[in-house]
Amino acid sequence: MNLYLPIVFLGILAAAFAVFSVVASSMLGPRRYNRAKLDSYECGIQPTPQPVGGGRFPVKYYITAMMFIVFDIEIIFLYPWAVYFDSMKTFGLIEMVLFIATVFVAYAYVWRRGGLEWE
Amino acid sequence: MIQGVLDVADNGLSDFGHDPWWVVLIKIVLAFAIMLVFTLFNIWFERRVVARMQHRLGPNVHGPFGLLQSLADGVKLMLKEDLIPKAVDKVVYVAAPLVSSIAAFMAVAVIPFGPEVRIPWTDVHTPLQVTDLPVGVLYILAIASVGIYGIVLAGWSSGSTYSLLGALRSSAQMISYEVAMGLSFVAVFLYAGSLSTSGIVAAQQHLWYGLILMPSFVIYLIAMVGETNRAPFDLPEAEGELVGGFHTEYSSIKFAFFFLAEYINMVTVSMLATTLFLGGWRAPWPLSLWGESNQDYWPLLWFFAKVLLFIFFFIWLRGTLPRLRYDQFMKFGWKVLIPVALVWIVAVGIIRAISLEGHLNRSWLVLAAGVALVVFLALGFLGEQPIPAEEEGEVGTEVDAYAGGYPVPPMPDREEEGVRG
Repeated sequence: MNLYLPIVFLGILAAAFAVFSVVASSMLGPRRYNRAKLDSYECGIQPTPQPVGGGRFPVKYYITAMMFIVFDIEIIFLYPWAVYFDSMKTFGLIEMVLFIATVFVAYAYVWRRGGLEWE
Repeated sequence: MIQGVLDVADNGLSDFGHDPWWVVLIKIVLAFAIMLVFTLFNIWFERRVVARMQHRLGPNVHGPFGLLQSLADGVKLMLKEDLIPKAVDKVVYVAAPLVSSIAAFMAVAVIPFGPEVRIPWTDVHTPLQVTDLPVGVLYILAIASVGIYGIVLAGWSSGSTYSLLGALRSSAQMISYEVAMGLSFVAVFLYAGSLSTSGIVAAQQHLWYGLILMPSFVIYLIAMVGETNRAPFDLPEAEGELVGGFHTEYSSIKFAFFFLAEYINMVTVSMLATTLFLGGWRAPWPLSLWGESNQDYWPLLWFFAKVLLFIFFFIWLRGTLPRLRYDQFMKFGWKVLIPVALVWIVAVGIIRAISLEGHLNRSWLVLAAGVALVVFLALGFLGEQPIPAEEEGEVGTEVDAYAGGYPVPPMPDREEEGVRG
Protein backbone atom coordinates (compact mmCIF):
# COMPACT_ATOMS: atom_id res chain seq x y z
CA MET A 1 0.00 0.00 0.00
CA ASN A 2 1.11 3.52 -0.74
CA LEU A 3 2.99 5.35 2.02
CA TYR A 4 0.63 8.28 1.98
CA LEU A 5 -2.71 6.47 1.96
CA PRO A 6 -2.81 5.63 5.71
CA ILE A 7 -2.55 9.35 6.46
CA VAL A 8 -5.61 9.99 4.33
CA PHE A 9 -7.52 7.25 6.16
CA LEU A 10 -6.46 8.64 9.53
CA GLY A 11 -7.72 12.03 8.42
CA ILE A 12 -11.04 10.51 7.38
CA LEU A 13 -11.37 8.75 10.74
CA ALA A 14 -10.57 11.95 12.65
CA ALA A 15 -12.99 13.95 10.50
CA ALA A 16 -15.74 11.37 11.02
CA PHE A 17 -15.20 11.48 14.78
CA ALA A 18 -15.20 15.28 14.88
CA VAL A 19 -18.25 15.75 12.66
CA PHE A 20 -20.15 13.02 14.48
CA SER A 21 -19.43 14.62 17.87
CA VAL A 22 -20.51 18.08 16.73
CA VAL A 23 -23.74 16.78 15.18
CA ALA A 24 -24.47 14.57 18.19
CA SER A 25 -23.84 17.42 20.58
CA SER A 26 -26.16 19.75 18.69
CA MET A 27 -28.89 17.13 18.92
CA LEU A 28 -28.28 16.09 22.52
CA GLY A 29 -27.85 19.51 24.04
CA PRO A 30 -30.80 21.59 25.24
CA ARG A 31 -32.00 24.67 23.37
CA ARG A 32 -33.29 27.53 25.46
CA TYR A 33 -33.66 30.73 23.52
CA ASN A 34 -32.46 33.92 25.18
CA ARG A 35 -31.57 37.01 23.22
CA ALA A 36 -28.82 38.22 25.56
CA LYS A 37 -27.16 34.83 25.43
CA LEU A 38 -26.49 35.19 21.71
CA ASP A 39 -24.65 38.51 22.05
CA SER A 40 -20.88 38.69 21.79
CA TYR A 41 -19.12 38.32 25.13
CA GLU A 42 -18.36 41.46 27.08
CA CYS A 43 -17.62 42.16 30.73
CA GLY A 44 -20.69 43.93 31.99
CA ILE A 45 -21.08 46.56 29.25
CA GLN A 46 -22.60 46.64 25.77
CA PRO A 47 -20.33 44.77 23.35
CA THR A 48 -18.54 46.99 20.86
CA PRO A 49 -20.01 46.22 17.44
CA GLN A 50 -17.37 44.23 15.65
CA PRO A 51 -17.42 43.50 11.93
CA VAL A 52 -16.71 39.88 11.09
CA GLY A 53 -13.03 39.84 10.35
CA GLY A 54 -12.39 42.48 12.97
CA GLY A 55 -11.65 45.56 10.90
CA ARG A 56 -8.13 46.81 11.51
CA PHE A 57 -5.45 45.48 13.79
CA PRO A 58 -1.85 46.48 14.56
CA VAL A 59 0.64 46.42 11.72
CA LYS A 60 3.08 44.50 13.95
CA TYR A 61 1.24 41.31 13.17
CA TYR A 62 1.80 41.78 9.43
CA ILE A 63 5.51 42.33 10.00
CA THR A 64 5.69 39.20 12.14
CA ALA A 65 3.90 37.24 9.44
CA MET A 66 6.28 38.48 6.75
CA MET A 67 9.32 37.71 8.88
CA PHE A 68 7.89 34.27 9.46
CA ILE A 69 7.58 33.65 5.72
CA VAL A 70 11.17 34.76 5.13
CA PHE A 71 12.48 32.44 7.81
CA ASP A 72 10.21 29.58 6.88
CA ILE A 73 11.57 29.67 3.35
CA GLU A 74 15.09 29.73 4.74
CA ILE A 75 14.24 26.66 6.82
CA ILE A 76 12.85 24.86 3.80
CA PHE A 77 16.18 25.46 2.04
CA LEU A 78 18.09 24.31 5.11
CA TYR A 79 16.35 20.91 5.35
CA PRO A 80 17.48 19.32 2.06
CA TRP A 81 20.89 20.91 2.58
CA ALA A 82 21.15 19.26 6.00
CA VAL A 83 20.02 15.86 4.69
CA TYR A 84 22.55 15.85 1.85
CA PHE A 85 25.28 17.61 3.77
CA ASP A 86 27.56 14.58 3.80
CA SER A 87 27.88 14.54 0.01
CA MET A 88 28.52 18.28 -0.33
CA LYS A 89 30.84 18.83 2.62
CA THR A 90 32.76 22.12 2.67
CA PHE A 91 31.32 23.39 -0.60
CA GLY A 92 27.79 23.00 0.70
CA LEU A 93 28.74 24.58 4.01
CA ILE A 94 30.20 27.70 2.39
CA GLU A 95 27.21 28.09 0.10
CA MET A 96 24.80 27.77 2.99
CA VAL A 97 26.73 30.17 5.22
CA LEU A 98 26.51 32.72 2.41
CA PHE A 99 22.77 32.16 2.19
CA ILE A 100 22.24 32.39 5.95
CA ALA A 101 24.34 35.57 6.03
CA THR A 102 22.20 37.10 3.26
CA VAL A 103 19.00 36.44 5.14
CA PHE A 104 20.67 37.65 8.31
CA VAL A 105 21.28 41.06 6.70
CA ALA A 106 17.53 41.48 6.23
CA TYR A 107 16.98 40.27 9.78
CA ALA A 108 19.52 42.75 11.17
CA TYR A 109 17.86 45.52 9.17
CA VAL A 110 14.42 44.73 10.62
CA TRP A 111 15.92 44.53 14.09
CA ARG A 112 17.64 47.94 13.76
CA ARG A 113 14.49 49.57 12.37
CA GLY A 114 12.57 48.37 15.41
CA GLY A 115 10.52 45.77 13.57
CA LEU A 116 10.97 43.30 16.40
CA GLU A 117 9.87 45.64 19.19
CA TRP A 118 6.51 45.07 20.83
CA GLU A 119 5.26 47.90 22.94
CA MET B 1 5.41 8.44 -12.98
CA ILE B 2 4.23 10.22 -9.82
CA GLN B 3 3.36 6.84 -8.40
CA GLY B 4 6.98 5.84 -8.92
CA VAL B 5 8.19 8.88 -7.05
CA LEU B 6 5.82 8.37 -4.14
CA ASP B 7 6.45 4.66 -3.87
CA VAL B 8 8.96 3.10 -1.54
CA ALA B 9 12.00 3.17 -3.73
CA ASP B 10 15.45 3.73 -2.32
CA ASN B 11 14.65 6.09 0.52
CA GLY B 12 15.34 3.67 3.36
CA LEU B 13 11.66 3.08 4.00
CA SER B 14 11.47 -0.45 2.69
CA ASP B 15 9.72 -1.55 5.91
CA PHE B 16 6.71 0.58 5.09
CA GLY B 17 3.96 0.33 2.54
CA HIS B 18 3.63 -3.47 2.46
CA ASP B 19 0.99 -3.95 5.13
CA PRO B 20 -2.22 -5.70 4.16
CA TRP B 21 -5.26 -3.45 4.39
CA TRP B 22 -6.52 -4.88 7.69
CA VAL B 23 -3.19 -4.20 9.39
CA VAL B 24 -3.32 -0.60 8.18
CA LEU B 25 -6.85 -0.31 9.49
CA ILE B 26 -5.92 -1.71 12.90
CA LYS B 27 -2.92 0.61 13.15
CA ILE B 28 -4.95 3.67 12.22
CA VAL B 29 -7.69 2.90 14.73
CA LEU B 30 -5.13 2.12 17.42
CA ALA B 31 -3.18 5.31 16.77
CA PHE B 32 -6.39 7.29 16.94
CA ALA B 33 -7.51 5.56 20.13
CA ILE B 34 -4.10 6.00 21.75
CA MET B 35 -4.15 9.72 21.06
CA LEU B 36 -7.65 10.05 22.46
CA VAL B 37 -7.15 7.93 25.59
CA PHE B 38 -3.66 9.25 26.26
CA THR B 39 -5.01 12.79 26.02
CA LEU B 40 -7.80 12.02 28.49
CA PHE B 41 -5.16 10.52 30.76
CA ASN B 42 -2.94 13.58 30.38
CA ILE B 43 -5.71 15.96 31.37
CA TRP B 44 -6.25 13.93 34.52
CA PHE B 45 -2.49 13.65 35.06
CA GLU B 46 -2.04 17.39 34.74
CA ARG B 47 -4.83 18.17 37.16
CA ARG B 48 -3.52 15.71 39.71
CA VAL B 49 0.11 16.83 39.47
CA VAL B 50 -0.72 20.53 39.56
CA ALA B 51 -2.99 19.82 42.52
CA ARG B 52 -0.13 18.10 44.35
CA MET B 53 2.14 21.05 43.59
CA GLN B 54 -0.46 23.33 45.14
CA HIS B 55 -1.12 21.10 48.17
CA ARG B 56 -4.55 20.02 46.96
CA LEU B 57 -5.91 16.61 46.05
CA GLY B 58 -7.20 17.14 42.54
CA PRO B 59 -9.92 15.05 40.90
CA ASN B 60 -10.23 11.74 42.77
CA VAL B 61 -13.91 10.82 42.69
CA HIS B 62 -14.82 9.41 39.27
CA GLY B 63 -13.26 6.03 38.67
CA PRO B 64 -10.09 4.69 40.32
CA PHE B 65 -7.91 7.65 41.38
CA GLY B 66 -10.33 9.90 39.50
CA LEU B 67 -9.10 8.55 36.17
CA LEU B 68 -12.49 8.91 34.51
CA GLN B 69 -12.75 12.60 35.38
CA SER B 70 -11.78 13.85 31.92
CA LEU B 71 -14.16 11.43 30.26
CA ALA B 72 -16.96 12.70 32.48
CA ASP B 73 -16.03 16.27 31.59
CA GLY B 74 -16.10 15.40 27.90
CA VAL B 75 -19.57 13.87 28.16
CA LYS B 76 -20.78 16.83 30.17
CA LEU B 77 -19.52 19.27 27.54
CA MET B 78 -21.22 17.24 24.83
CA LEU B 79 -24.59 17.54 26.61
CA LYS B 80 -24.33 21.32 26.98
CA GLU B 81 -26.22 23.76 24.84
CA ASP B 82 -24.48 24.50 21.56
CA LEU B 83 -24.56 28.31 21.37
CA ILE B 84 -23.95 30.08 18.08
CA PRO B 85 -23.83 33.83 18.78
CA LYS B 86 -25.45 36.29 16.39
CA ALA B 87 -22.29 38.05 15.24
CA VAL B 88 -20.47 34.98 13.92
CA ASP B 89 -19.73 33.87 10.37
CA LYS B 90 -21.48 30.55 10.76
CA VAL B 91 -19.67 28.26 8.30
CA VAL B 92 -16.19 29.29 9.38
CA TYR B 93 -17.24 29.33 13.03
CA VAL B 94 -18.31 25.69 12.89
CA ALA B 95 -15.40 24.60 10.70
CA ALA B 96 -12.65 26.12 12.89
CA PRO B 97 -12.69 23.61 15.79
CA LEU B 98 -12.95 20.75 13.29
CA VAL B 99 -9.87 21.99 11.42
CA SER B 100 -7.95 22.29 14.68
CA SER B 101 -8.79 18.85 16.01
CA ILE B 102 -8.51 16.92 12.73
CA ALA B 103 -5.06 18.41 12.10
CA ALA B 104 -4.03 17.51 15.64
CA PHE B 105 -5.08 13.89 15.17
CA MET B 106 -3.32 13.52 11.83
CA ALA B 107 0.17 14.35 13.06
CA VAL B 108 0.49 11.04 14.90
CA ALA B 109 0.64 9.10 11.63
CA VAL B 110 4.42 9.26 11.28
CA ILE B 111 5.40 8.84 14.95
CA PRO B 112 7.41 5.63 15.46
CA PHE B 113 6.09 3.82 18.55
CA GLY B 114 8.37 0.82 18.19
CA PRO B 115 10.40 -1.44 15.92
CA GLU B 116 9.07 -4.13 13.63
CA VAL B 117 6.96 -6.61 15.61
CA ARG B 118 4.90 -9.70 14.97
CA ILE B 119 1.17 -9.21 15.39
CA PRO B 120 -0.02 -11.75 17.96
CA TRP B 121 -1.73 -14.90 16.59
CA THR B 122 -0.60 -14.16 13.02
CA ASP B 123 2.58 -14.31 10.99
CA VAL B 124 2.38 -10.72 9.86
CA HIS B 125 5.34 -8.50 10.74
CA THR B 126 4.86 -4.77 10.77
CA PRO B 127 6.57 -1.70 12.26
CA LEU B 128 4.76 -0.05 15.18
CA GLN B 129 4.14 3.06 13.16
CA VAL B 130 1.16 3.93 10.98
CA THR B 131 3.35 4.98 8.08
CA ASP B 132 6.55 6.81 7.39
CA LEU B 133 7.39 9.35 4.73
CA PRO B 134 10.67 10.44 3.20
CA VAL B 135 9.66 13.86 4.59
CA GLY B 136 8.20 12.65 7.89
CA VAL B 137 9.19 15.54 10.16
CA LEU B 138 8.29 18.08 7.52
CA TYR B 139 4.83 16.51 7.39
CA ILE B 140 4.40 17.03 11.14
CA LEU B 141 5.44 20.67 10.82
CA ALA B 142 3.01 21.14 7.94
CA ILE B 143 0.12 19.60 9.86
CA ALA B 144 0.96 21.72 12.90
CA SER B 145 0.69 24.78 10.65
CA VAL B 146 -2.75 23.67 9.48
CA GLY B 147 -3.75 23.54 13.15
CA ILE B 148 -2.94 27.27 13.43
CA TYR B 149 -5.57 27.91 10.75
CA GLY B 150 -8.21 26.56 13.12
CA ILE B 151 -7.23 29.15 15.73
CA VAL B 152 -7.04 32.05 13.28
CA LEU B 153 -10.39 31.17 11.72
CA ALA B 154 -12.01 30.76 15.15
CA GLY B 155 -10.95 34.24 16.21
CA TRP B 156 -11.78 35.78 12.86
CA SER B 157 -15.24 34.31 12.55
CA SER B 158 -16.38 34.92 16.14
CA GLY B 159 -17.06 38.61 15.60
CA SER B 160 -15.85 39.40 19.11
CA THR B 161 -13.02 41.68 20.16
CA TYR B 162 -11.52 39.21 22.60
CA SER B 163 -11.57 36.34 20.14
CA LEU B 164 -9.90 38.37 17.43
CA LEU B 165 -7.15 39.68 19.68
CA GLY B 166 -6.61 36.24 21.16
CA ALA B 167 -6.37 34.65 17.72
CA LEU B 168 -3.95 37.30 16.50
CA ARG B 169 -1.72 36.83 19.50
CA SER B 170 -1.94 33.11 19.26
CA SER B 171 -1.07 32.92 15.58
CA ALA B 172 1.76 35.45 15.88
CA GLN B 173 3.15 33.48 18.80
CA MET B 174 2.84 30.12 17.10
CA ILE B 175 4.46 31.18 13.85
CA SER B 176 7.27 32.91 15.74
CA TYR B 177 8.10 29.83 17.74
CA GLU B 178 7.61 27.58 14.75
CA VAL B 179 10.62 29.29 13.17
CA ALA B 180 12.75 28.48 16.20
CA MET B 181 11.37 24.94 16.23
CA GLY B 182 12.11 24.42 12.54
CA LEU B 183 15.65 25.71 12.98
CA SER B 184 16.30 23.42 15.93
CA PHE B 185 15.63 20.37 13.71
CA VAL B 186 18.29 21.25 11.15
CA ALA B 187 21.20 19.96 13.23
CA VAL B 188 19.36 16.67 13.78
CA PHE B 189 18.79 16.20 10.04
CA LEU B 190 22.40 17.06 9.43
CA TYR B 191 23.55 14.23 11.67
CA ALA B 192 20.83 11.73 10.76
CA GLY B 193 20.93 12.40 7.02
CA SER B 194 17.21 11.72 6.87
CA LEU B 195 13.88 13.45 7.34
CA SER B 196 11.95 10.27 8.06
CA THR B 197 11.17 9.67 11.72
CA SER B 198 12.10 5.98 11.62
CA GLY B 199 15.38 6.87 9.94
CA ILE B 200 16.19 9.37 12.67
CA VAL B 201 15.45 6.82 15.39
CA ALA B 202 17.67 4.31 13.61
CA ALA B 203 20.47 6.88 13.41
CA GLN B 204 20.39 7.32 17.21
CA GLN B 205 21.26 3.73 17.91
CA HIS B 206 24.48 4.60 19.71
CA LEU B 207 24.06 8.15 20.90
CA TRP B 208 20.98 10.25 21.48
CA TYR B 209 20.92 13.59 19.69
CA GLY B 210 19.65 15.22 22.86
CA LEU B 211 23.15 14.72 24.26
CA ILE B 212 25.42 15.65 21.35
CA LEU B 213 23.11 18.38 20.03
CA MET B 214 22.20 19.83 23.39
CA PRO B 215 21.61 23.44 22.20
CA SER B 216 19.14 22.18 19.56
CA PHE B 217 17.36 20.19 22.22
CA VAL B 218 17.08 23.16 24.56
CA ILE B 219 15.80 25.41 21.76
CA TYR B 220 13.26 22.77 20.83
CA LEU B 221 12.12 22.39 24.43
CA ILE B 222 11.44 26.12 24.68
CA ALA B 223 9.86 26.35 21.25
CA MET B 224 7.54 23.42 21.85
CA VAL B 225 6.07 25.15 24.90
CA GLY B 226 5.51 28.31 22.89
CA GLU B 227 4.12 26.35 19.96
CA THR B 228 1.48 24.60 22.05
CA ASN B 229 0.40 27.78 23.89
CA ARG B 230 1.24 26.31 27.27
CA ALA B 231 2.31 28.08 30.43
CA PRO B 232 4.48 30.12 30.83
CA PHE B 233 3.75 31.02 27.20
CA ASP B 234 -0.05 30.70 27.39
CA LEU B 235 -0.63 34.32 26.43
CA PRO B 236 -3.53 33.59 24.06
CA GLU B 237 -5.46 32.39 27.07
CA ALA B 238 -4.46 35.21 29.39
CA GLU B 239 -7.86 35.43 31.03
CA GLY B 240 -7.08 38.72 32.76
CA GLU B 241 -6.69 40.46 29.40
CA LEU B 242 -8.48 38.35 26.84
CA VAL B 243 -11.17 36.39 28.69
CA GLY B 244 -10.78 33.06 26.86
CA GLY B 245 -8.73 34.22 23.89
CA PHE B 246 -9.70 32.77 20.54
CA HIS B 247 -12.30 30.39 22.02
CA THR B 248 -14.21 33.03 24.01
CA GLU B 249 -17.36 32.59 21.91
CA TYR B 250 -17.25 28.81 21.79
CA SER B 251 -19.28 26.48 23.95
CA SER B 252 -20.22 22.83 24.23
CA ILE B 253 -18.32 20.26 22.16
CA LYS B 254 -16.77 22.92 19.90
CA PHE B 255 -14.93 24.34 22.88
CA ALA B 256 -13.99 20.80 23.89
CA PHE B 257 -12.38 20.27 20.48
CA PHE B 258 -10.06 23.24 20.92
CA PHE B 259 -9.15 21.91 24.31
CA LEU B 260 -8.61 18.44 22.88
CA ALA B 261 -6.48 19.81 20.05
CA GLU B 262 -4.27 21.65 22.51
CA TYR B 263 -3.65 18.53 24.58
CA ILE B 264 -3.10 16.34 21.53
CA ASN B 265 -0.58 18.86 20.24
CA MET B 266 1.13 18.66 23.59
CA VAL B 267 1.42 14.89 23.17
CA THR B 268 2.56 15.25 19.56
CA VAL B 269 5.39 17.66 20.33
CA SER B 270 6.45 15.43 23.23
CA MET B 271 6.50 12.41 20.94
CA LEU B 272 8.47 14.38 18.38
CA ALA B 273 10.96 15.44 21.05
CA THR B 274 11.33 11.80 22.08
CA THR B 275 11.81 10.70 18.49
CA LEU B 276 14.29 13.34 17.46
CA PHE B 277 16.31 13.85 20.62
CA LEU B 278 15.85 10.97 23.05
CA GLY B 279 16.34 8.02 20.75
CA GLY B 280 12.66 7.35 20.09
CA TRP B 281 11.55 3.94 21.30
CA ARG B 282 15.06 2.77 22.19
CA ALA B 283 15.67 1.75 25.78
CA PRO B 284 17.64 4.23 27.90
CA TRP B 285 21.19 3.33 28.78
CA PRO B 286 21.19 0.93 31.75
CA LEU B 287 18.18 -0.90 30.36
CA SER B 288 19.61 -1.16 26.86
CA LEU B 289 22.27 -3.54 28.23
CA TRP B 290 19.51 -6.12 28.48
CA GLY B 291 19.54 -7.67 25.01
CA GLU B 292 15.81 -7.95 24.48
CA SER B 293 14.98 -4.44 25.61
CA ASN B 294 14.68 -3.18 22.04
CA GLN B 295 12.63 -6.10 20.72
CA ASP B 296 9.00 -7.05 20.54
CA TYR B 297 6.60 -4.77 22.37
CA TRP B 298 9.02 -3.58 25.09
CA PRO B 299 9.94 -0.36 23.21
CA LEU B 300 6.34 0.82 23.67
CA LEU B 301 7.08 1.04 27.38
CA TRP B 302 10.25 3.10 26.95
CA PHE B 303 8.58 5.30 24.38
CA PHE B 304 5.63 6.19 26.59
CA ALA B 305 7.88 6.63 29.62
CA LYS B 306 9.89 9.23 27.72
CA VAL B 307 6.78 10.94 26.42
CA LEU B 308 5.35 11.10 29.93
CA LEU B 309 8.59 12.69 31.04
CA PHE B 310 7.98 15.54 28.62
CA ILE B 311 4.32 15.79 29.63
CA PHE B 312 5.46 16.07 33.24
CA PHE B 313 7.87 18.80 32.16
CA PHE B 314 4.95 20.72 30.65
CA ILE B 315 2.92 20.33 33.83
CA TRP B 316 5.85 21.26 36.01
CA LEU B 317 6.31 24.47 34.04
CA ARG B 318 2.63 25.24 34.42
CA GLY B 319 2.73 24.60 38.14
CA THR B 320 5.84 26.73 38.65
CA LEU B 321 6.19 29.68 36.30
CA PRO B 322 4.06 32.80 35.93
CA ARG B 323 2.93 33.93 32.50
CA LEU B 324 5.30 36.11 30.46
CA ARG B 325 4.39 39.53 29.17
CA TYR B 326 3.69 39.54 25.43
CA ASP B 327 6.49 41.88 24.37
CA GLN B 328 9.03 39.98 26.46
CA PHE B 329 7.83 36.77 24.95
CA MET B 330 8.11 37.92 21.33
CA LYS B 331 11.45 39.58 22.06
CA PHE B 332 12.77 36.32 23.46
CA GLY B 333 11.61 34.34 20.43
CA TRP B 334 12.89 36.66 17.72
CA LYS B 335 15.97 38.17 19.34
CA VAL B 336 17.34 35.23 21.28
CA LEU B 337 16.07 31.87 20.05
CA ILE B 338 16.35 32.47 16.29
CA PRO B 339 19.87 34.00 16.21
CA VAL B 340 21.15 31.38 18.65
CA ALA B 341 19.63 28.62 16.52
CA LEU B 342 21.23 30.01 13.34
CA VAL B 343 24.66 30.36 14.96
CA TRP B 344 24.37 26.83 16.29
CA ILE B 345 23.47 25.46 12.85
CA VAL B 346 26.53 27.10 11.31
CA ALA B 347 28.71 25.79 14.15
CA VAL B 348 27.39 22.25 13.70
CA GLY B 349 27.91 22.53 9.94
CA ILE B 350 31.52 23.62 10.41
CA ILE B 351 32.27 20.83 12.88
CA ARG B 352 30.63 18.26 10.63
CA ALA B 353 32.42 19.51 7.51
CA ILE B 354 35.79 19.41 9.25
CA SER B 355 35.25 15.88 10.50
CA LEU B 356 34.09 14.75 7.05
CA GLU B 357 36.94 16.31 5.10
CA GLY B 358 39.19 14.12 7.13
CA HIS B 359 42.33 16.18 7.49
CA LEU B 360 41.74 17.06 11.02
CA ASN B 361 42.17 15.87 14.48
CA ARG B 362 40.54 16.53 17.76
CA SER B 363 42.36 19.81 18.28
CA TRP B 364 40.75 21.34 15.18
CA LEU B 365 37.38 20.27 16.42
CA VAL B 366 37.93 21.76 19.84
CA LEU B 367 39.23 24.95 18.24
CA ALA B 368 36.14 25.22 16.07
CA ALA B 369 33.91 24.66 19.07
CA GLY B 370 35.87 27.32 20.95
CA VAL B 371 35.49 29.84 18.12
CA ALA B 372 31.79 29.07 17.94
CA LEU B 373 31.50 29.59 21.66
CA VAL B 374 33.34 32.92 21.50
CA VAL B 375 31.08 34.11 18.66
CA PHE B 376 28.11 32.97 20.67
CA LEU B 377 29.24 34.81 23.78
CA ALA B 378 30.07 37.93 21.78
CA LEU B 379 26.57 37.87 20.32
CA GLY B 380 25.19 37.49 23.81
CA PHE B 381 27.05 40.59 24.97
CA LEU B 382 25.95 42.54 21.93
CA GLY B 383 22.38 41.63 22.64
CA GLU B 384 22.64 42.59 26.27
CA GLN B 385 24.09 46.05 25.84
CA PRO B 386 20.82 47.97 25.72
CA ILE B 387 19.59 46.42 28.95
CA PRO B 388 21.83 48.34 31.40
CA ALA B 389 20.91 51.57 29.63
CA GLU B 390 17.24 50.77 30.04
CA GLU B 391 17.66 49.95 33.69
CA GLU B 392 19.50 53.21 34.24
CA GLY B 393 16.68 55.05 32.61
CA GLU B 394 14.17 53.35 34.82
CA VAL B 395 16.09 54.18 37.95
CA GLY B 396 16.59 57.76 36.80
CA THR B 397 13.02 58.66 35.92
CA GLU B 398 10.34 57.74 38.36
CA VAL B 399 7.38 56.25 36.59
CA ASP B 400 4.16 57.78 37.79
CA ALA B 401 1.88 54.82 38.15
CA TYR B 402 -1.22 57.03 38.10
CA ALA B 403 -0.22 59.10 35.09
CA GLY B 404 -3.52 58.82 33.27
CA GLY B 405 -5.72 58.63 36.33
CA TYR B 406 -5.63 54.82 36.34
CA PRO B 407 -2.99 52.54 37.85
CA VAL B 408 -0.82 51.28 34.99
CA PRO B 409 2.22 49.00 35.29
CA PRO B 410 5.57 50.40 34.11
CA MET B 411 6.01 49.75 30.39
CA PRO B 412 8.89 50.58 28.02
CA ASP B 413 7.01 53.46 26.38
CA ARG B 414 5.56 54.78 29.62
CA GLU B 415 8.65 56.60 30.81
CA GLU B 416 8.01 59.79 28.85
CA GLU B 417 4.38 59.71 29.78
CA GLY B 418 5.38 59.30 33.40
CA VAL B 419 7.63 62.36 33.22
CA ARG B 420 4.91 64.36 31.59
CA GLY B 421 2.31 63.28 34.07
